[in-house]
Amino acid sequence: MTLALDAPRIVETRPLLEVHGVSKSYKSIRAVRNVSAHAYQGEVLGIVGESGSGKSTLLRMMNLEEIPETGSYTLDLPDVSGNLFELDRFARRMLCATKIGIVYQNPHLGLLMKHSSSGNVAERLLVAGERSFATLRQAATEALDASEFPLDRLDAPPIELSGGMQQRVQLAKAIALEPALLLLDEPTTGLDVSVQALVLDTLKRLQQDRQITMVIVSHDLGVIRTLADRVMVMRRGEVVETGLADQIFQDPQHPYTQQLVHAKL
Amino acid sequence: MSLSTLTKPWEAMSYGFLDGSAKRELRRKMLKSVAVPGCQMPYASREVPMARGWGTGGLQVSLTLVNPQTRVKVIDQGADDSVNAASIRRFIARVAGTPTTMDTLEADLIQSRHRIPEEILREDQILVLQVPNPEPLRPVQPNMSIARQMHADADYGRMWLQLYEQIVRSGRVMQGASYPSLVHGRHVMTPSPIPRWDVPKLHMAKHLTILSAGREKRIFAVPPYTRVEPLVFSDVPYKVEEHGHLTCTRSGTTGFFMNEIPRDDGTSSFEVSDSEWGVKTIRARDGDGESRGETWYKNGEMPQ
Ligand SMILES: Nc1ncnc2c1ncn2[C@@H]1O[C@H](COP(=O)(O)OP(=O)(O)OP(=O)(O)O)[C@@H](O)[C@H]1O
Ligand SMILES: [Mg+2]
Repeated sequence: MTLALDAPRIVETRPLLEVHGVSKSYKSIRAVRNVSAHAYQGEVLGIVGESGSGKSTLLRMMNLEEIPETGSYTLDLPDVSGNLFELDRFARRMLCATKIGIVYQNPHLGLLMKHSSSGNVAERLLVAGERSFATLRQAATEALDASEFPLDRLDAPPIELSGGMQQRVQLAKAIALEPALLLLDEPTTGLDVSVQALVLDTLKRLQQDRQITMVIVSHDLGVIRTLADRVMVMRRGEVVETGLADQIFQDPQHPYTQQLVHAKL
Repeated sequence: MSLSTLTKPWEAMSYGFLDGSAKRELRRKMLKSVAVPGCQMPYASREVPMARGWGTGGLQVSLTLVNPQTRVKVIDQGADDSVNAASIRRFIARVAGTPTTMDTLEADLIQSRHRIPEEILREDQILVLQVPNPEPLRPVQPNMSIARQMHADADYGRMWLQLYEQIVRSGRVMQGASYPSLVHGRHVMTPSPIPRWDVPKLHMAKHLTILSAGREKRIFAVPPYTRVEPLVFSDVPYKVEEHGHLTCTRSGTTGFFMNEIPRDDGTSSFEVSDSEWGVKTIRARDGDGESRGETWYKNGEMPQ
């Protein structure tokens, strides 16, 4: 009797997110220079770097809010193909609304401060074409609940809420449509340490429950260490080092990374 | 040959008050607005001997469209005999030599503020609506250049959000007149301050509607047989004013849009808002012959 053994196969998956060779300048400032990055399905990519190193700019490009001079951007998702930087405004907006969620460092950028919190979340679904009031209401409530927002404040406008609650509204808005990609720009900066820990808990739970691919930007190594699987270190618009989180923290190679890690520890 | 044989005799003004280039521009903008239903076209609003805000936009459109055979009707809040309507009607007749009428069915061109007549308009009729605020996005986006981009992108999420907020806060949609409506599945327009009662009349109507804002210098149109759909949630139906059961105290007609007349004892009585409809009803009652045409609403309901 012969045993029919399958030849071992190499698992080939393409990264969900792939950014290749992007550069972006503001007049004479070269904010991002020839940066490439990728993230696999369900992975959390952390981006660290000093102030002004181009982290937020890179994230804005991933959210298609800004288009670089050079470079390409692909998302490996059904109905999405080609270089996303080449989409027209309309297609870009639909893609952002349905596939990408973003939490800004400054809640004023991401929220309508005078509309209700549930309305802020519902707006995402409205942009995506949902037209049933009951569904909107329920989806908004569920998303706010998932980001551990106190539901008795459902219809309070964000301007009346604390910073931590505002971040939760942003988070609820970002996850309301079950995006394939979640972008987080310093989601905990400006919050006190205990609230920071709560928001981190929420993010971690979301990551485990839903397997969302995340890109998280922070200059706080502690935050990156808690959440990220892989880390990318940026300096002056360039990537100086990338690697698994443990590797970067235990055995940094680039002098700047070494400085960063040691300053923290 | 002398210079005087080559020049036209002196006239106090051009036909229809506006000069040739003004009318040409308005016609071009009207054609554009018919070509892209519901999309606001900017135009150079001219001076007319009337203050901005009193229907100068509508008047300029009417003056451009009339010829000496055009029979003109002018209404203000449904009434032909209010001061403003009478003045505009007299002005058009004087500068363009047009015949005038109060009968909706006889009119070729109807200029109106706040109402659409109750009798169904035909293919050969034009309705000109005076618009104070042409921008439906103004309440949600005060920056007009961003608002224009939002129109270009069909980005109407904020409009819907406004309705959502109203239902959350008050349990129902509070928007009364100027109910935002999607034209031809593409552009959201404000149908001028007509009541909700009148919005369904624009949907797949046989007539051409031109909406013009003189102060804001914008013109837009609903061509014949064009979809006009009020923005509504699929599970919160569009409601018109509850006037279907009210009876006019003067003419006795029932099932049309009414004006509320407060009485001394605190109650109110009602009078039909489309004054000519009331007049026709009274004439029919008094045995002076039936002149009423078919109406959009039947027994107080708009047939689907
Ligand atoms: N809209 C803009 N116009 C002009 N310059 C800009 C703009 N946005 C960013 N920059 C410049 O690009 C560079 C990178 O900025 P970016 O916000 O990406 O940095 P960052 O890494 O997020 O910094 P931080 O940690 O302080 O948030 C900076 O020098 C900044 O001044
Ligand atoms: Mg930043």
